[in-house]
Amino acid sequence: MGKSARPGNSLGVQTIISISNVSKTYASGHQALKDLSLDIRRGEILALLGPNGAGKTTLISIICGIVNATTGTVTVDGHDIVADFRTTRSMIGLVPQELTLGAFEKVINTLRFSRGLFGKKQDDVYLEQLLKNLSLWDKRNNPIMSLSGGMKRRVLIGKALAHEPTVLFLDEPTAGVDVELRKDMWALIRRLRESGVTIILTTHYIEEAEGIADRVGVINRGELLLLDAKHSIMHTLGKKQLHIELEQAIASLPSTLSDWGLELSSDGSQLTFTYDPHNAGSGIAGLLEAVSDAGLVLKDVNTSQSTLEEIFVNLVKETL
Amino acid sequence: MNIHAIKTIYKYEMLRAWETLLQSFASPVITTSLYFVVFGSAIGTRIQQIEGVPYGSFIVPGLIMLALLTQSTANASFGIFLPKFTGAIYEIMSAPISFIEILIGYVGAAATKSFIIGLIILLTAGFFVPLKIAHPFWMLGFLILTCITFSLLGFIIGLWANNFEKLQLIPLLIITPLVFLGGSFYSVDMLPPAWQTITLFNPVVYLISGFRWSFFEVADVSVGLSLSMIVLFMLTCLAIVWWMFKTGYRLRQ
Ligand SMILES: Nc1ncnc2c1ncn2[C@@H]1O[C@H](COP(=O)(O)OP(=O)(O)OP(=O)(O)O)[C@@H](O)[C@H]1O
Ligand SMILES: [Mg+2]
Repeated sequence: MGKSARPGNSLGVQTIISISNVSKTYASGHQALKDLSLDIRRGEILALLGPNGAGKTTLISIICGIVNATTGTVTVDGHDIVADFRTTRSMIGLVPQELTLGAFEKVINTLRFSRGLFGKKQDDVYLEQLLKNLSLWDKRNNPIMSLSGGMKRRVLIGKALAHEPTVLFLDEPTAGVDVELRKDMWALIRRLRESGVTIILTTHYIEEAEGIADRVGVINRGELLLLDAKHSIMHTLGKKQLHIELEQAIASLPSTLSDWGLELSSDGSQLTFTYDPHNAGSGIAGLLEAVSDAGLVLKDVNTSQSTLEEIFVNLVKETL
Repeated sequence: MNIHAIKTIYKYEMLRAWETLLQSFASPVITTSLYFVVFGSAIGTRIQQIEGVPYGSFIVPGLIMLALLTQSTANASFGIFLPKFTGAIYEIMSAPISFIEILIGYVGAAATKSFIIGLIILLTAGFFVPLKIAHPFWMLGFLILTCITFSLLGFIIGLWANNFEKLQLIPLLIITPLVFLGGSFYSVDMLPPAWQTITLFNPVVYLISGFRWSFFEVADVSVGLSLSMIVLFMLTCLAIVWWMFKTGYRLRQ
């Protein structure tokens, strides 16, 4: 059921959500999504990166049924999200970006509400385990307004999971969550993935995407700029740099080194060489030789690799 | 049909009323008792009877209607406005639930609450004045129809309102005046002829008249007309709700 063999999917990879040519123009006339297509794989963790206003929340809202797409179709496990909304929405849990909760209700009641709303029979054993996993069990009878911001976010996660969804959307799950809790949250997300849940999250923190996602998509101005396995993004776009610290600062580059495309730091003590690590003939050995031939004495040499963050910033800059 | 979802919304809304018991049920009772003291006792000593009914008893159906109309609209409008206001509506919009089911859940709960309030006021009234109900089934029928119709109206208001001011606006500016001018405290016959004609454009007149007829068999307009008017009003509300749902009005962009 719902197996899709679109081009770009390697064998054995199943698509769970298929987004085809989705555009969204809000009543204000603003076009938030432009003909966006994307296949999400069963069981993966997909991170959507993008600056403010890129259209991440709009995309998620369309899949979840909160916003109508202007054009285009989305299927979840082979079912159309409009024609067959009961099936698709039952499969999906959503943790919204904003803290949107009633104030007076008790934690346990709001979870029961979520579960019932999604058509599931009450199951307090399941909810107890869920609350324990979220470290909220001892708060179960507290009114929501008495909780801290990070706890409220966990309540939202609990609500999203209350009906045992197979797809979980997390719209900036770690905004306003402290480091310790963030770790717990990632542990929880990994456990969910192990149990077979497909997870789509948006974030502004690139380290997060780097750390947890299987694939990363970059959205800017309503368009998907890039979608790839995290490693291949680093592979195709990542660059390595060789930093050469000099024993003695120099005022300008010796002319014998001018062909190497080196950058000299402003204080004159460091040379930086940028190269493509996948290119066998990068010529580091030759460079080092040329440097010493020029009469410069090396103090230290080290390399660095671009992070997803740098890649991302460069990508977004290019499209501006 | 997602029966679980309807039950969940319904239960949740009833729970909200239960948790604010005092506000939900005690306050309409206190308000009504005050009306009895003021109108029933103070004015009742001057106006002894209207159309053969003691004044204290005569105002009971009107008082119940006053409470039903205000409570139904207030409860139903607040019930759907609140999640819109807090943003919690996202969950309802993303749930496997159709608009009809949302409607049944919210309007059902609001109508139930006002029905209970109506019965409580009826009992309270029994403490102040002797009451006989000539047509109990008609009485219940009018009660239920009114609760549902005005809960529908409240639901519409709650969807339409995008701030607290608008939420209060219609009840304050339209419903309360219509009820007061709808013959709660007097018979339409007591007005000058010109006003009698104007009054006939007030839908609440038909409600109160029919409801009062089920108690005392005295009415300003025929009971069949009363019933038709309520049903017509209910169908109008349903048509508006249907249109709102169809267009996703203020719910789904
Ligand atoms: N209800 C709306 N009406 C009109 N425009 C909207 C609406 N919601 C979002 N937009 C616009 O659509 C664009 C995309 O918004 P969206 O919330 O999807 O961005 P985002 O990628 O989630 O941003 P962020 O990282 O800030 O959460 C923005 O320009 C926003 O102003
Ligand atoms: Mg967003």
